Amino acid sequence: MKRIFSDFLEAIEGIQDGMTLMVGGFGLCGIPENLIKALAEKGVKNLTIISNNCGVDDWGLGLLLRNKQIKKIIASYVGENKEFERQLLNGEIEVELTPQGTLAEKIRAGGAGIPAFYTPAGVGTPIAAGKETRIFNNREYLLEESLTSDFSLVRACRADKMGNLVYRKTARNFNSMMAAAGRTTIAEVEEIVETGELDPNIIHSPGIYIQSLIQGTQEKRIERRTIQA
Amino acid sequence: MNTREKIARRAEKEIKNGDYVNLGIGMPTMVANFISDYKQVVLQSENGLLGIGPYPSEAEVDADLINAGKETVTAIQGAAYFDSAESFAMIRGGHIDVAILGGMEVSQEGDLANWMIPGRMVKGMGGAMDLVHGARKTIVIMDHVNKKGESKILKKCSLPLTGKGVVERIITDRAVMDVTKDGLKLIEVSVGFTLQQILDCTEAELIVGKDVKFDAY
Repeated sequence: MKRIFSDFLEAIEGIQDGMTLMVGGFGLCGIPENLIKALAEKGVKNLTIISNNCGVDDWGLGLLLRNKQIKKIIASYVGENKEFERQLLNGEIEVELTPQGTLAEKIRAGGAGIPAFYTPAGVGTPIAAGKETRIFNNREYLLEESLTSDFSLVRACRADKMGNLVYRKTARNFNSMMAAAGRTTIAEVEEIVETGELDPNIIHSPGIYIQSLIQGTQEKRIERRTIQA
Repeated sequence: MNTREKIARRAEKEIKNGDYVNLGIGMPTMVANFISDYKQVVLQSENGLLGIGPYPSEAEVDADLINAGKETVTAIQGAAYFDSAESFAMIRGGHIDVAILGGMEVSQEGDLANWMIPGRMVKGMGGAMDLVHGARKTIVIMDHVNKKGESKILKKCSLPLTGKGVVERIITDRAVMDVTKDGLKLIEVSVGFTLQQILDCTEAELIVGKDVKFDAY
């Protein structure tokens, strides 16, 4: 049985200034929006954030940017955010851009106890600078080190009280790898059900990766609402 | 027909029945609109979807179902969802038949630059650096020249690279070219352009064989 919170500020109580956090989601899809709001309210600072993107100006991780709570971000694409651009140009934030597949694998490897791996992505580009390379079968590869976090904040569709998680559609994205790569993982879920109600065949994140759960209602904002012509 | 549509329609011919295809953000996404009815093609979205469907109706909009461009989409019958690590395992592992990407510059050796301009805000490479190494065939579609009328197909790229020696075919509004061991080979010339015009607007050295197809698209 996992610790189940009902208050988002209480759920993030252990998160302190200077920590490294992984935050799930792709754009605004699948983000743990209430946990992020609680971080903004709590005001923890000097955070290193590992997330594919950095939210938009007034939502998601953009809320932490606005409060200047982020010292460094590791992401693959940060183009949706004017405040981000301003802080970057003023040297107020450090950014480590990482190819999306490399980022995903760094997190997966971190959760799986693999310290580093070779990938072809980035060979011959600026991101290869200072990285060890090696040739396998006449192709060059970069050595990339894995990532772990102090806390991972993920969002799932359903959880049982054992912490088993099921994600929905493309809201899974980075959440499942981040769940495994966090020293402590907090899952914000749309619905917590009784143990035994989830089919063990369809669990995406086994409960061993999850330390605490909190049920919440999400706004689920949409970045680009595109409708059939 | 505008230029973007013309390029997208030509690019569609690169896709075979049964292919698994990843289309980049922007003009490449448009290629999906022109896929012939007789081809069964499965579109991969690197945020974790195999089997992208059409854009949703107002009633079908689902915040949990987007493409890599963060647009709301639908999923086809027989689609599959997965996490980002699996998505890129699929990409890097050579399981995607064709990747169609946009480009800022391509060199005659197949180097691609499409993610940053020094001195400007760098938004990030997203999944492009992984895609160019993983897909069985990487095709770049773009305008032949930039807004100043300068060639985007160069001897050497001037911008920082997305991938080195990764492009196999370039499709522009004016021509189709293949990166070969011998150099960049002109394959097709579009309607309304002469061989001389293509040579004049291409900085890269072009190999012109006897089998170039004129008025090809």
